[in-house]
Amino acid sequence: MNAPAAPSATPDQSPALIAALLALDPARLGGVVIAGPYSHLRDACIEHLLAAWPESAPRRRLPVTTTDDRLLGGLDLAATLAAGRPVLETGVLGATHGGVIIVPMAERMPTLIVSRLAAALDSGSLRLERDGVSTTLPARVALIALDEARDDEAGLAPALTERLAFCINMDALAPQDKWPEPLDAHSLGRARTRLANIRVPVSHLVALNEAALAYGIDSLRAPLMAVWTARALAALEEADTVDESHIAQAAALVFSHRATRMPAVAEAEPPDDAAEPPAPPPESASDTEATEDNQAEPTADETERLLEAVRAALPPGLLAALAAGNLRSRQRGAEGRAGTRQRSPTHGRSLGATRMTGRGGRVHVLATLREAAPRQALRRSTQATAGKIRITRDDLRVHRFESRRALVTVFVVDASGSSALHRLAEAKGAVELLLADCYVRRDRVALIAFRGSGAEMLLPPTRALARARRSLAGLPGGGGTPLAAGLDAALDVCERVQRAGDRSAIVLLTDGRANIARDGAPGRERAEADARASARNLRAAGIPTLLVDTSPRPQPFALALAAEIDGLYLPLPHADARLLNQAVRATAQDGRTRS
Amino acid sequence: MFPFTAVVGQEELKLALIACAIDPSIGGVLAFGDRGTGKSTIVRSLAALLPPIDVVAGDPYNLPPAPAGGQAKSGAKASTKATAKANAKSAVGTPPRAIKIPVPVVDLPLGATEDRIVGALDLERALTQGIKTFEPGLLARANRGFLYIDEVNLLEDHLVDLLLDVAASGENVVEREGLSVRHPARFVLIGSGNPEEGELRPQLLDRFGLSVEVRTPTDLPTRIEVVKRRDAYERDPAGFTAHWEKETAKLRTRIAKAQERVHDVASDDALLETAAKLCQQLGTDGLRAELTLLRVARAVAAYAGAKKVELSHLRQLAPAALRHRLRRDPLDEASASSRVERAIQELLGT
Repeated sequence: MNAPAAPSATPDQSPALIAALLALDPARLGGVVIAGPYSHLRDACIEHLLAAWPESAPRRRLPVTTTDDRLLGGLDLAATLAAGRPVLETGVLGATHGGVIIVPMAERMPTLIVSRLAAALDSGSLRLERDGVSTTLPARVALIALDEARDDEAGLAPALTERLAFCINMDALAPQDKWPEPLDAHSLGRARTRLANIRVPVSHLVALNEAALAYGIDSLRAPLMAVWTARALAALEEADTVDESHIAQAAALVFSHRATRMPAVAEAEPPDDAAEPPAPPPESASDTEATEDNQAEPTADETERLLEAVRAALPPGLLAALAAGNLRSRQRGAEGRAGTRQRSPTHGRSLGATRMTGRGGRVHVLATLREAAPRQALRRSTQATAGKIRITRDDLRVHRFESRRALVTVFVVDASGSSALHRLAEAKGAVELLLADCYVRRDRVALIAFRGSGAEMLLPPTRALARARRSLAGLPGGGGTPLAAGLDAALDVCERVQRAGDRSAIVLLTDGRANIARDGAPGRERAEADARASARNLRAAGIPTLLVDTSPRPQPFALALAAEIDGLYLPLPHADARLLNQAVRATAQDGRTRS
Repeated sequence: MFPFTAVVGQEELKLALIACAIDPSIGGVLAFGDRGTGKSTIVRSLAALLPPIDVVAGDPYNLPPAPAGGQAKSGAKASTKATAKANAKSAVGTPPRAIKIPVPVVDLPLGATEDRIVGALDLERALTQGIKTFEPGLLARANRGFLYIDEVNLLEDHLVDLLLDVAASGENVVEREGLSVRHPARFVLIGSGNPEEGELRPQLLDRFGLSVEVRTPTDLPTRIEVVKRRDAYERDPAGFTAHWEKETAKLRTRIAKAQERVHDVASDDALLETAAKLCQQLGTDGLRAELTLLRVARAVAAYAGAKKVELSHLRQLAPAALRHRLRRDPLDEASASSRVERAIQELLGT
């Protein structure tokens, strides 16, 4: 296969073109992801994108710490009191109608905010049912999402990448002096009037769908956005029909960053492939008005050229990942972490307020006042209380980040030779029992195994417990016992979990016979010293740990290690399923209360 | 609104929604699955599809007109004077007029606050006139129709509890700030979401009558057809809708007929026994599974124009009625759907 070297940015990916396309049809194309860390070039790129919009179009930056009050809007307390009638405070979404929202650090955006943005992108409007206000506001916005995730981090939420047609990869961007000038608003305006009337021959439409499927792009939003991108490209060239070059360019722009696999027949290309047309569409197809061309089948050549166009535009690194076939797993990892995103708003940043039920909770003063304000006139007439503001129990609002934080239980399994002798199978059985318990508590789990010369992350934090069991079942035993490496790996995961705002607990299953030092060198003494050092790190990080001793007789070193970690110690011979469960629950409880 | 009849594929979801429209007591639909499959499109298109309902003009609770001769009953039993007065005005001034309205399909927008869902003090009147009136919320608007929650898995727990509670009792009770209001809130609850963004609490799953797994079509012809129709719709929504109106009208009539007939559809003991066996074999607890199974089978039979429920009717939505009620074994790799399929095949043959 003639795999091209890391493709340099084609002129297709220039910010000016993407800016023009977006400004032409923001409602259908949604926006653009800019992937890469902060740089002057990135700023220039954003400037370029914004230049395609008229001066009057609103631009807002949306901090990821935004709350519903700011994003959606609600009752404006001061104005309501001053006016003596409910006054709506427009949120960022409503205030940016017809303009652009820029989201820095978009990869950290909590799922709640993501879902609200996604809903606005879908409908172009904002339905408000908040604080006694019921209304619908226009909110047609384009999004510029700045995704600063590094390679090993989860990027922008899939619900948003799904809805943003384009992606500019900073690594692949041409130097600024190579960018074409942005188009002026006047010619954009003319192109816009033509947009809906541009015909798309059915054969092109079919080819686009074939290409999407070949690159493993499941969502049907992608081909639809590609169709409209092609229309916009044709409109810019003052053409009235989409031609093959538009289709190829649109496919490159919309599909390249969504690819999840390489086309299966990319190179084999059996000649009879062309002879086999796709099955005829369902009967009613001929009724639809889109049919404007007799030639409904794309030629095999066209499809092949389309695939090639996408291939040329694949972002650097992606090609290698696709070829190695490990992109799927990378994406699944991202899914696992989607849980983190979803849960992160349960703590740390304020989520806004909720009604006080029972007692407890920190009173959210502003929200309480907001609740009480509109009722003041009423209360003044009916209640004879002193004081300026009359607040009743019904008004009280409390902060909402008090709810439970997500817990990730990290299983660290000793798969060394000595452990294998000592009932690795039973340890696996014990973990399986614990997994079932995690399911009930809706916790996530991660799985690390150590053997030979190092530790391996078998499963990043996930709620897919069936997968945890599978990787555990397939875990081979044998080799030395690099205990320190196992503990380090566990600490690493826990720290990442905590950075994402969740809590973690470790369940360590080992016979404690450390014999491989941190640097991979054999030797019991250094191995044990290293393990103790790693244990102290765990203790310093304050991560609750349960050490399950899997050897037939309790091992003094395992006990010492547990003490070093400041964790619970449980020798397996004494541990039946019930006891194990209790111990893990106690550890998890610790994990909840400690942080 | 994209016409229901123009949606390509997604047959299980469409049939599940139609069944709930025929017999609202089935208890709602949960549609979980892939992005970009048009889940919300299908649900939102229901309003234009379903036969309209008769209501008292201007009634905030969509109450049906009283039978000929009788007085329209006021829906809300309010104890505050202000509300009573407001109600009295509409009841006394002119005789209530009956009108036809489309079945309400009320969207619960993300970020909705509790006061707007259950209804609360009318702020405008409280501020400007200093009087207490009840302003009905989304639950009132959804009465006799559908309440749709997109991203139901992201909804705050206390709101979900509240909704399920009202959906089960068919009544909304508001006790706040001297307001005491109770009004009918009978609606079909529809939830949708993407499991990657968070699962639904297991306790809540089986409160939905039916659960449908939505998948992206993977075969090229279907995908092309989806894109084609969507594109045609976006270019000319009115023309596209008009083009499909004949189909829609046909389906509407069919549903209306099924609504009239559904309670006369017979089911014999053999069928009841099969339903019971199926539930037993799958280990679903409680009677709810069996009851839903029967109701759904009856709705499907009525939709098919049959006078009696046959096994083939039972079969069609049995997976949807059962798959979310299985005792979940986190370590069983077979999906719930395939377990139900297996049990159905063993029991009913292929």
